[in-house]
Amino acid sequence: MVATGKRKSETSSQRPIIEGRGISKFFGAVTALNDVSFELYPGEVLGIVGDNGAGKTTLMKVLSGLYKASEGDLLFEGQPAHFNSPKDARKLGIEMVYQDLALAGNMAIAENIYLGREPRNKFGFYHLGASQKMARKHLSNLKIHVKSVDQKVEELSGGQRQAVAIARATAFDAKVVIMDEPTAALAIREVGKVLDLIKNLKDRHISVILISHRMDDIFYVCDRVVALFQGTNFAESPLEDTSRSEVIGWIMGTKENPGELSHDRVE
Amino acid sequence: MTESSEGQKVADQDNHTLETHTRPDGLALRLLPYIDKYGILIVIFVMVAVLYVTQPDVFLSWRNITNIFKQTAVNAMLSIGMFLAILTAGIDLSIGSVMMLGMMSAGVAQFAGMPWPIVLILAPLAGMGAGLVNGIGITKLRMPHPFIMTLGMLFMARGLGNLISGGVPLTGFPDAIRFLGSYQIPLGEYDGTRFNLPVALVLTIVVYIAFSLMLKHTVLGRRIYAIGGNPEAARVSGINVDAVLITVYGICGFMAGIGGLLLIGRTSSAFPTAGTGAELEAIAACIIGGASFFGGRGTVLGVFGGVIVMGLIKNGLNLNNVSVFYQQILIGAIIVIAVFLDVLRREIGTRK
Ligand SMILES: Nc1ncnc2c1ncn2[C@@H]1O[C@H](COP(=O)(O)OP(=O)(O)O)[C@@H](O)[C@H]1O
Ligand SMILES: [Mg+2]
Repeated sequence: MVATGKRKSETSSQRPIIEGRGISKFFGAVTALNDVSFELYPGEVLGIVGDNGAGKTTLMKVLSGLYKASEGDLLFEGQPAHFNSPKDARKLGIEMVYQDLALAGNMAIAENIYLGREPRNKFGFYHLGASQKMARKHLSNLKIHVKSVDQKVEELSGGQRQAVAIARATAFDAKVVIMDEPTAALAIREVGKVLDLIKNLKDRHISVILISHRMDDIFYVCDRVVALFQGTNFAESPLEDTSRSEVIGWIMGTKENPGELSHDRVE
Repeated sequence: MTESSEGQKVADQDNHTLETHTRPDGLALRLLPYIDKYGILIVIFVMVAVLYVTQPDVFLSWRNITNIFKQTAVNAMLSIGMFLAILTAGIDLSIGSVMMLGMMSAGVAQFAGMPWPIVLILAPLAGMGAGLVNGIGITKLRMPHPFIMTLGMLFMARGLGNLISGGVPLTGFPDAIRFLGSYQIPLGEYDGTRFNLPVALVLTIVVYIAFSLMLKHTVLGRRIYAIGGNPEAARVSGINVDAVLITVYGICGFMAGIGGLLLIGRTSSAFPTAGTGAELEAIAACIIGGASFFGGRGTVLGVFGGVIVMGLIKNGLNLNNVSVFYQQILIGAIIVIAVFLDVLRREIGTRK
C-alpha cells in the first residue's frame, strides 16, 4: 500500500504511527486475514469498513495485542513491535474499545476507567479517592457528563457506556484508540455524541481507528477509509476523494459504477 | 462533547450531555439497593424477635448468644472463603473436605510430636495447598467450571486426609491448639452471671473486618469484584485473571484450614467425617447473605448475616426442641427464596 497523498496537512508526509505489513491471521483452517497492509498517521481518524467477517475485528485485535499475527510485521513509530498481550500494546499507547465494550457492569464508572491500572496510595492500597478525582477530571476533559463517577456502569445507557469505554481507553496517554463499531448498538440520539467524542480525541492529536458499518459515521469523522474484503485489502482513499456509494460498493466487493445505490447503510 | 455539528446528519442536537435516563419502574428499583443492603438485617431482626418470644429466658442470655457464635464460627470461616469464590462467579465444593484434610494434617503432626506452632500452622497451610491446586486446575487445566475441579478436590482431599490419618479419629490436642476454638476470655461477673467472650467470636469478627477491608481497599479485592462482573473486561484490561483466581481459591482453602482449627478446638479431635456437607452450609450462608451466583455481587456484612441466620435457625429450633428435619426443610426453603430474590433483583436491574 502506498500512503495516498492527503490534502490535510497534519497527515501528509509524516511517518505512520502504526504500520502493518503483509499481516495474515489463520484460525485453524480459517483465513481471517490474508496479507493485509495499512498505515495509520498521527492525529488521523482512519475508517475501516468491510462486510461482516471481512476481518476488521481480527485486524484490530492483532493491533491491540490480543491476537498474534500468523504472518507479517507490525511497526510502531517505525520500529518493529511485538505484542504478547494487550498490556504490551497499551505500553506503547495503543488502546482498544471492544465491540462488546468490556466493562464490568457491577462496578462504578471511575473503577471501570482505571480497571487494571488502579491508582494506589503510598501503602500500596487501592486509592478510591484518587480514582474518583482522576475520573472526574478526565471525563470533564473529554466533555463527558455523568451524574456521578460512583454510578454503576450497569445503570448507564448504551451511549454512556460507550463514553466510559472511550474514557478508559484514553485515561493514560493514549496515542492510538481503536474503536470497533462504537455506534452499532446505540440509540440514534446517542450516536452523535460518540462521534463528537471521536472528534474530540482527534483534536487532542490522538489517532483513531474507527470500524463502522454506518456511512454517516465514516463520513462525519474520518480522514481516510480502508476497505477490507474477505480478509484482504480491497480499497483505500482519503475521504474527500470518495463517496458514500463508492465505499458501500467496496464493502460489497465491487469497484465499478457504484452511483446507483440508494441506501446508505449496510448491515 | 464538542459544540459543533457542522451541518452533518447527527441526530442529537438538543442536548450535549450523556445523561441518565430515568426509568419508569421507580419504586421497586429504588427499594432494591436497600433490600440488598438491609434485607438480611430485617430477616435477622424478625428471627430474633420470634425466638425471644418463644424462649424469653434462654434465648437472649449471654451464654446462649456466645454459644451461637461459637457454633457458627466454623461456618463463618468456610463461608467467607466461599464468598470470594462466589464473587468470581465460581464455587468451591471442596472446602468441607479440605477442612478435614487440614485437621488431619494437624493431627498427624501433633501425634508425631511436633511443636504446637507447627501443628497450628499446618492446618491452614494444608488447606491453602489444596486451594492453590484448585486454582491452578481451574485456570491452567482450563476446567470448564470451578465446580468440576473442586468436586474432584472434594474427593481427593478427604481421601488424602484419611490416608495420612489411617482413617481414624485423632483425639487429644493441647490447649495451645484448642485455644482458638474453645477458649473463653473472662470479662468479669455482673449480677451473678459470668460473662465470657469466646475467642472464636473475636476471630470471626477480626477475619470479617479484614476481608471487608481487603475487598474494598486493595487492588486484589477490586479485581475480584471486576472478574465476577465481567471476566472478559478484566482480562482485556490487563488484569492477570488466572493469578487472581488462584489467589482466591488459595485463600478459600486457607480459611477452610482455619475452620478446621476451630473445630479441633471445640471437639479436641480430628475425625474422618469432619466437614461433611460443610461446603453446602457455606454456600447457603453466602446465598442467604445476598451473594449472587452470577458473580460480582454481595458484601462481607451480608455473608456475616447469612452465617448468623443459619446459626439462629439451628439454635432456635434446638431451643424449641424442633426436629433437625425441620431445620433442613427451613434452610432449604430459605435458600430457594434467597436465590429467587436474586433472580428478581437481576430482572429488575437489567430492565431498561
Ligand atoms: N477466534 C476465532 N476463531 C476462529 N475464527 C475466527 C475467530 N475470530 C474471527 N474468526 C473468523 O475470521 C473471520 C473474520 O472475522 P472478524 O474479524 O470478526 O470479522 P469482522 O469484524 O470484519 O466482521 C470470520 O470468518 C470469522 O469467522
Ligand atoms: Mg467485528
